[in-house]
Amino acid sequence: MTRIYLDHAATTAVDREVVQAMAPYFTEMFGNASSLHTFGRDAKDALARAREEIADALGADAEEIIFTSGGTESDNLALRGVLLGRKGHIITSSIEHPAILKTCRYLEGLGCDVTYLPVDTDGLVDPGDVESAITGETRLVSVMHANNEIGTIQPVSEIGAIAADHGIPFHTDAVQSFGKTEIDVQKMNIDMLSLSSHKIYGPKGVGALYIRKGLKIDPIVYGGGHERGIRAGTENVSGIVGFAKAVSLACERFESDTAHLVKLRDMLIDGVFDSIDDVFLNGHPTERLPNNANMRFMFVEGEAMLLHLDMKGIAVSTGSACSSASLDPSHVLLALGIPPEDVHGSIRFTLGRENTDEEIRYVLDVLPAIVEKLRAISPLTGR
Amino acid sequence: MEYSEKVMDHFMNPRNVGEIPDPDGTGEFGNPVCGDVTHVYIKVKDDRITDIKFKTFGCGAAIATGSMITELAVGKTLDEALAITRDDVADALGGLPPVKLHCSNLAADALYAAIRDYQAKNKDS
Repeated sequence: MTRIYLDHAATTAVDREVVQAMAPYFTEMFGNASSLHTFGRDAKDALARAREEIADALGADAEEIIFTSGGTESDNLALRGVLLGRKGHIITSSIEHPAILKTCRYLEGLGCDVTYLPVDTDGLVDPGDVESAITGETRLVSVMHANNEIGTIQPVSEIGAIAADHGIPFHTDAVQSFGKTEIDVQKMNIDMLSLSSHKIYGPKGVGALYIRKGLKIDPIVYGGGHERGIRAGTENVSGIVGFAKAVSLACERFESDTAHLVKLRDMLIDGVFDSIDDVFLNGHPTERLPNNANMRFMFVEGEAMLLHLDMKGIAVSTGSACSSASLDPSHVLLALGIPPEDVHGSIRFTLGRENTDEEIRYVLDVLPAIVEKLRAISPLTGR
Repeated sequence: MEYSEKVMDHFMNPRNVGEIPDPDGTGEFGNPVCGDVTHVYIKVKDDRITDIKFKTFGCGAAIATGSMITELAVGKTLDEALAITRDDVADALGGLPPVKLHCSNLAADALYAAIRDYQAKNKDS
């Protein structure tokens, strides 16, 4: 049975080299990094190396990296760490990941004010809007680097520069962009940056928050004073070692991975446009992640397409309400101004390192018939 | 989304898809904005549904319920057809995931609308 995984924005398979790097830290070097004996020191050394590796990839210093359980915790820590227990104003975008949006809602409940900036039809935030939204009370600007659904890459350097001019910390969620676009926290004026391991062929359950030296944030998890007191809890040493290995592989393979992904992505998009009518690309035509192809197919519903593709062994995701637990259509696609009935027909293909030309050709072979079949059933077709 | 085998069968191979060129009654239910809309077309003779077809824009469950309602309703008298409930459709499909019971189980309502359309057009006869 054919099995083609095109949902790499959801998660990735752990690279075999990563698994190998992690293995000794389960069985031999299993020590607690806080222990003073040799077992503990081995673990502590491994953590230090991992921290250095990840810091290097961002142009940061090792001491600026705080390990967390993943992107969601990093986002929570960045926002709540700055705002919790204080009144103040946050500027963010309307297309952030729920880890940001739900945290903002929570902080609003505690008395903070939040500005949710609109995006244009390609999903871009206007840096001018950030500037105009700043008030005397603004304590944090948080705008994601690249969007998880549509892959649009925000002008974070410009946004960061504006925030810096006003002396306001700038956080960006780089969970989707890390490993796929160049990131330099100095050049890009970033004060905090969220990372996740499992989106870059590392293990699940581990991530990091970069926090610029000098920026004081409060912990959201209290305990034994790990991670400079900012994130208590025995470090996930094997996971962190795997994360660091995944980062070093991503850096090593950056150019070849990017070229490969762009080629497959464009082959997929061009192939779909050549073979299917009434299809539109969601997101920015050029300012987008190399591995993201999100398209909407008029007159059909995404979950039905997803199921047909799954029957053919192809794994994708959709912005349709019908596939989400909340039954709400994608807030990202709605924010682009796409009518709800068209949002339901959106399919996200996110490619990975291991995908091949042959797999994309197979998708292009089976997709037109699926869309045609569903359009033949649909009362909206031709309206 | 966990669908029963029966749902997947009706989704992959929907029965009685399409429109009836000269229907005696047509009904639609749902809203494309919510992601699901079903149209039902019927032919009626001697108070009995002799032919029925459907079209659905929607998810797997919405398509499967459209297909199933055509099988349940064909050959039934109008009163019998009006007695088919959403639960009957779900049961005939071997159940639907709980989140789908409300939003995607539209076919029975589309059938009622088609029958009412027929009845409205044939009030005097």
